Amino acid sequence: MKIEILGTGCAKCNELEMKVKQAVAKSGKFVQIEKVSDLQKIMGYGVMSTPGLVIDGKVVSTGKMLSANEIIELINAY
Amino acid sequence: MWQELSGKIVLEWLGFTGKLGDALHFFLYDTIKIWFLLLSIIFAVSFLRTWFNTEKVRAYLAGKREFTGNILAALFGIITPFCTCSAIPLFLGFLQARIPIGVTFSFLISAPLNNEIAIAMLFSLFGWKITAIYIGFGLFVAILGGWIIGRFNVEQYVLITVPPLSGDIELPTYKPPFQERVNEAWNNTRDIFAKIYLWVMVGVGVGAWFHGYVPAEFIAAYAGGDAWYTVPVAVLMGIPMYSSAAGVMPLVEVLTQKGMLLGSALSFMMAVTALSLPEAIILKQILHIRLIALFFAIITAGIIGIGFIFNTIL
Repeated sequence: MKIEILGTGCAKCNELEMKVKQAVAKSGKFVQIEKVSDLQKIMGYGVMSTPGLVIDGKVVSTGKMLSANEIIELINAY
Repeated sequence: MWQELSGKIVLEWLGFTGKLGDALHFFLYDTIKIWFLLLSIIFAVSFLRTWFNTEKVRAYLAGKREFTGNILAALFGIITPFCTCSAIPLFLGFLQARIPIGVTFSFLISAPLNNEIAIAMLFSLFGWKITAIYIGFGLFVAILGGWIIGRFNVEQYVLITVPPLSGDIELPTYKPPFQERVNEAWNNTRDIFAKIYLWVMVGVGVGAWFHGYVPAEFIAAYAGGDAWYTVPVAVLMGIPMYSSAAGVMPLVEVLTQKGMLLGSALSFMMAVTALSLPEAIILKQILHIRLIALFFAIITAGIIGIGFIFNTIL
């Protein structure tokens, strides 16, 4: 599984990246985490409000902070 | 009810009298009242906003005709969460979906103008009538401003080429349950409140001092007059005060009570929220300075026009 955090470097985007790392550690799954800050790539996902969260190439959330628990739910639901 | 209690606390229990007592009473009453209303309104707006996001708005606006698009974009600007930091992806994203540039600008004017802080502050200080007038005229400027920008050939001033979307716009699939929306709204409210509560106190504090000590004639002489230049001066003064709406608006309330004309006050508040230098600097990365200048000039003209109309009618 691969999780991408889309963000151009705003404070919230960095916060979300932290939360994703926490969530992945808690979930105990093997997940590849990548921060995407290239605007063209972000646009490619059709995301305009950052931070965005992408799991295996699918946009699951845009424009908001998620808690570690919410991210775990997203990972499990996937 | 709260007004009486606050008067009781300051004047009877703490034993303050005269002008100092008046000012303190005003300060306590206003600060607590505004805090309470801010929390409630920002929560309500944030909660409603969990159903909207810019991606959905874009999907809806794509393919709409220009004039209808301007109106819809301005309306969406009220309810869509927006922060200056996301102005670039938003702008490019709209272009990507082939939404006309004028429609995009309608949204870019309306969104910061009708932000939750401004709406909450206006409502708690001036009541629903002035809030409605502010939003109504704000929409008017956004619709007309965006439409006018669309009349110029401004596509050449966008410095980045955006690859058009291939296929349909994909929307995030996740639908949060009710409880999660409440949590999200509450988190957002807390974040915003933490940022502005001190500013509210400072604004009300200075306002309270004005209220108790500065005579109305003084304010009428400097801010109140109906000289032609009061509106443009108010707008110019509003530009550098971006993001301090929470601190500035309590002052404006006191100024209007003491004789500042409502049109000048409205223009000033719109300038504070709509003309944002940080936004201009961020947009400079993707737009030619001429387009940004046109954007600012049109909003400024619109806001000044509203101030004049208001000062003349009322």
